[in-house]
Amino acid sequence: MKLFKVQKNVLPGFGPTMAYTLLYLSFIVLIPLSALVFKSAGMTWHDFLDTITAPRVVASYRVTFGMALLAALVNALFGTLVAWVLARYDFFGKKIVDALVDLPFALPTAVAGITLATIYSGNGWIGRYLEPHGIKVANTPLGILVAMTFIGLPFVVRTVQPVVEELDSAIEEAAACLGANRWQTFRMVILPLLLPSLLTGFALSFARAVGEYGSIIFIAGNMPMVSEITPLLIITKLEQYDYRGATALALVMLLVSFSLLFVINQLQRWSRRFAG
Amino acid sequence: MADHTITRGALTEPRWVRWLLITVALAFLALFLIVPLAAVFSQALDKGLSVYFAALHESDTLASIRLTLLTALVAVPLNLVFGVMAAWAIAKFNFPGKSFLVTLIDLPFSVSPVVSGLIYVLIFGLQGWVGPWLSDHNIKIVFAVPGIILATIFVTFPFVARELIPLMEAQGKEEEEAALVLGATGLQTFFRVTFPNIRWGILYGVILCNARAMGEFGAVSVVSGHIRGSTNTIPLQVEILYNEYNYAAAFAVASLLALLAVVTLVVKSVVEWKIKTGSKF
Repeated sequence: MKLFKVQKNVLPGFGPTMAYTLLYLSFIVLIPLSALVFKSAGMTWHDFLDTITAPRVVASYRVTFGMALLAALVNALFGTLVAWVLARYDFFGKKIVDALVDLPFALPTAVAGITLATIYSGNGWIGRYLEPHGIKVANTPLGILVAMTFIGLPFVVRTVQPVVEELDSAIEEAAACLGANRWQTFRMVILPLLLPSLLTGFALSFARAVGEYGSIIFIAGNMPMVSEITPLLIITKLEQYDYRGATALALVMLLVSFSLLFVINQLQRWSRRFAG
Repeated sequence: MADHTITRGALTEPRWVRWLLITVALAFLALFLIVPLAAVFSQALDKGLSVYFAALHESDTLASIRLTLLTALVAVPLNLVFGVMAAWAIAKFNFPGKSFLVTLIDLPFSVSPVVSGLIYVLIFGLQGWVGPWLSDHNIKIVFAVPGIILATIFVTFPFVARELIPLMEAQGKEEEEAALVLGATGLQTFFRVTFPNIRWGILYGVILCNARAMGEFGAVSVVSGHIRGSTNTIPLQVEILYNEYNYAAAFAVASLLALLAVVTLVVKSVVEWKIKTGSKF
């Protein structure tokens, strides 16, 4: 009996590695994040509410969350398409395309920012074909949408792709045997199976876009009330030494991030149960 | 026979649909990924090679390259050690609150980069918790190099750990137990048994961690103070050159980071392939 007990914990090192993990986590992540909460506790509730509901701030929420939502929708649609094409079809250069999907993860945001701003400007590679048709991308909210789509793209592809790859072909055969055509099979059998991962990718892409700063500020034009995102407003307040205002906005952003993280965790749990 | 064709058709899409889907997907990726990547290098070389190399040899740019290398050289090893320790404790042992701990480790990924920088200003800045004490003792953390390194450690914190935890969980602990039964010490077990099994996972985490450490912009921008030649990393140098309308130089410096991104993607693909095929070499 005793032997079994010993065997259960035969691996050494739990104490020290766990202690180090908790210590490092506390010093790098938890204590600094708690500073945000304590610093904003120094404000009165009234001041806090005034700061986070000022017209310019509310306008920044509208453009940040609105564009992030649109970008996540674009990514949900095209990301699923890309995931499907990569998982199901063969074509020349597929391996390279597959690797390239992660480019937005690897390319520093500042580089993405100045590049997108340049190609979508009036005489840029893409902008010069859009402006004659009256579509201005650079220095408008549309530019924010482009940047957010760019940085959020890999999330949907990388969450949906493995699920498509592991779909059991037997269920598609069953659908076909029962008389479904291909479109019916996709809509009524495959799509519901992809839904949890699709929603997870959507939420991840949305969460990333909401907090994004570097790739957006160069293309957005940053006009107050029109194309100014909330993270930029935090920096503007910091540069004016308005530490309280910056802290209050940062706390709002942090609470949004945490809520999204919670939703994403639930979605992932759901998709795992779905897959299992 | 007719039935047979219907079944086959029902299991895949008609040829024209397949081509249409592939074309639309590739057009989307070309527009959003390939065009920007090509544009970085095209803009960088727009004014010729001599302008390109002159921009890279500029003294502020060289200083920013040195600072970025220093930052990565400190942040990546620290997060590597943490990642291995955390993965060992989490993957090889059972304890209550495990999934909560994993969520906490992932936390920096869901925090906006701007907020990640701000929290260090709130602690070490003049208005911050320890700011007055630091300034009495002439220690500068924010708007100086230590702040840049701290913010970088924060944003790259989860990379190695989140690669290793699932990998080590999947591998179980039978091999380690066998080594211990045969008389190996704990460290021998780790370096001779565990390490060979996870080294591709470590490399994977390290290259992603490094790419983010060298490329981080938002968080570093908040704590940097933007002092030319001393607290500018490569991405901040790119911003300054761009805002001065010095586009050729901005894109020349940016091309270094784009090159790093391409190398990262190549190494990442190779490592993914190695992990998939279970290669240990």
